[in-house]
Amino acid sequence: MTALVLVEVENGAVRQASRSAVAAASRFGAVDAIVFGAGAEAAAALPGVTRLLSVPGLVNDLAEPAADLLAARAKDYSHIVAAASATGKNILPRLAGLLDVQPIPDVVEIKDADTFVRPIYAGNALATVRSADSIKVLTVRGSNFDPVAAEGGSATVETIEAPASGKSVFVKVELSASDRPELESARVVISGGKGLKDAANFKLLEPIANKLNAAIGASRAAVDSGFAPNEMQVGQTGKIVAPELYIAVGLSGAIQHLAGMKDSRVIVAINTDPEAPIFKVADYGIVGDLFEVLPTLEKAL
Amino acid sequence: MTMKVLVPVKRVVDYNVKVRVAADGSGVETQGVKMSMNPFDEIAVEEAVRLREKGAAKEVVVVTVGAQVAQDVLRTAMAMGADRAILVRTDDTLEPRAVANVLKAIATREEAGLICMGKQAIDDDMNATGQILAAKLGWPQGTFASAVTIADGRIEVSREIDGGTEVVSLTLPAVVTADLRLNEPRYASLPNIMKARKKPLETVEIDSLGVDTASRLTVVSVAEPLERKEGVKVNSAAELVEKLKTEAKVI
Ligand SMILES: Cc1cc2nc3c(=O)[nH]c(=O)nc-3n(C[C@@H](O)[C@H](O)[C@H](O)COP(=O)(O)OP(=O)(O)OC[C@H]3O[C@@H](n4cnc5c(N)ncnc54)[C@H](O)[C@@H]3O)c2cc1C
Ligand SMILES: Cc1cc2nc3c(=O)[nH]c(=O)nc-3n(C[C@H](O)[C@H](O)[C@H](O)COP(=O)(O)OP(=O)(O)OC[C@H]3O[C@@H](n4cnc5c(N)ncnc54)[C@H](O)[C@@H]3O)c2cc1C
Repeated sequence: MTALVLVEVENGAVRQASRSAVAAASRFGAVDAIVFGAGAEAAAALPGVTRLLSVPGLVNDLAEPAADLLAARAKDYSHIVAAASATGKNILPRLAGLLDVQPIPDVVEIKDADTFVRPIYAGNALATVRSADSIKVLTVRGSNFDPVAAEGGSATVETIEAPASGKSVFVKVELSASDRPELESARVVISGGKGLKDAANFKLLEPIANKLNAAIGASRAAVDSGFAPNEMQVGQTGKIVAPELYIAVGLSGAIQHLAGMKDSRVIVAINTDPEAPIFKVADYGIVGDLFEVLPTLEKAL
Repeated sequence: MTMKVLVPVKRVVDYNVKVRVAADGSGVETQGVKMSMNPFDEIAVEEAVRLREKGAAKEVVVVTVGAQVAQDVLRTAMAMGADRAILVRTDDTLEPRAVANVLKAIATREEAGLICMGKQAIDDDMNATGQILAAKLGWPQGTFASAVTIADGRIEVSREIDGGTEVVSLTLPAVVTADLRLNEPRYASLPNIMKARKKPLETVEIDSLGVDTASRLTVVSVAEPLERKEGVKVNSAAELVEKLKTEAKVI
């Protein structure tokens, strides 16, 4: 059995979530990888990757040509795997549609080559499912699989022509520039909610994030209110994080938010309301006004 | 504009309900639990209705694949402004692949020019049906949409991606899947709820479509996730930092 992993490269480095996908895929047997756009060098260096398919002409991850190309190669593989990232979730279900198989999204545990565990109902239940498809198409949650190292491998590289994109055209992308670690791979995450009251106050999280080298996250209410951009949303429908330390500031801990962070190792909550559900999952809680607690916390660090 | 927009909607356990796993591990308790339209589908209905109000579309048709009771979400969608509804009746729970096969048959019959649907159903959280459907129809897809504009036979879709926002331009017909910030759905007013009762609702037996609705996944078991234990309250930031250093050893 050989698995094919869709590997995402950003600024010359393989994303941590993709390195986790390679680790997960190695459970099935040999691993080949495919990379769209630039980044063949970084992807070929991943330990455990035998062969790398490089498609330099396919930039911007357009789902239509990407899925066409994967479908044309699929018959060589038992499993096709990607990170449960925006890219993975855009392309892999489309590939599954082309292959007429049922995709298996958000895998958190691999039982065997056919059997997988995935969260349902915002993580309030874990379903173990067995697939009867001959080619399994799955996305895996980075936080549940220890990533392979970034270097140490030497895959052979095959360069492939990009198919025409045809029905879809890339127009533009606006990426938020940030020197902070990525939310999904940061050791520490500090997230703010509606309790921060406005966008100016949301910046109160920054000095603490700087001290802890933390990524900054947000609740949906904070994003909807314009305190933070959408890519910072943590939760069922945002990003799934499981850092060593998660600090929740002025957010209530709705089911949908908990779905994105309750697997963190240590959770801290700061909230004026002692009944806030976030305290139910927090290892350490401070019942207090964030506007008083944050400055003292910054000093204490 | 003569374009017809098809909006698939799903009846799911209401987002405020914390579901319980059934004692025998076969699934989750849905007996007596409040059911609602999937929140992402409300956003999709709202967007389709706005397109019609702006004159970019002629008709909004909602469709659900489910049991007789799933009619209630179709009525809700019509109260929000959809023109008519189709219930594809089945007592089975279908996977996204099967739902996509059904939706493809309906989209083809209706000659839909755009399919606008939720990015994810909040029960099974698959985030897959729209992409599978687009592949099966051979249409382009604009997933996780936070804005759409239609002009000159194309649709431009702003998409929420991991690092920010991306814009793609697609030929029509196309499939768009709605993210949370595409719009804020309206509430159905009482007069509109009354009016919706008179709007046409067609029932189609699933077998009459002659499509493959078999499941490829078998649910082996459903289990509760590990519960976290409630921790301790600390009195000051200094005490917190102390505990994080010496007890949790995390900083
Ligand atoms: C405990 C449990 C047990 C299950 N057991 C089985 C089983 O034995 N057999 C089986 O076949 N399935 C089973 N399922 C799967 C079934 O319940 C899910 O509905 C199915 O997997 C669809 O996933 P989704 O709705 O998350 O799709 P998504 O891809 O997340 O849905 C995206 C969008 O597709 C549209 N859509 C989805 N479904 C419909 C629909 N029915 N009608 C109209 N539009 C729709 C909506 O616009 C929705 O927003 C089980 C699920 C659970 C949780
Ligand atoms: C389909 C769907 C998907 C969703 N997906 C997500 C998701 O992915 N992520 C997500 O986060 N949410 C999601 N939500 C929204 C979720 O249900 C909640 O509405 C949201 O998480 C609430 O955000 P919040 O905790 O910031 O706001 P609130 O619930 O308003 O909580 C604010 C908290 O701040 C506290 N507070 C106020 N002032 C202070 C102060 N001075 N000091 C300290 N504490 C203070 C309050 O006590 C309160 O607990 C989703 C909802 C739906 C329907």
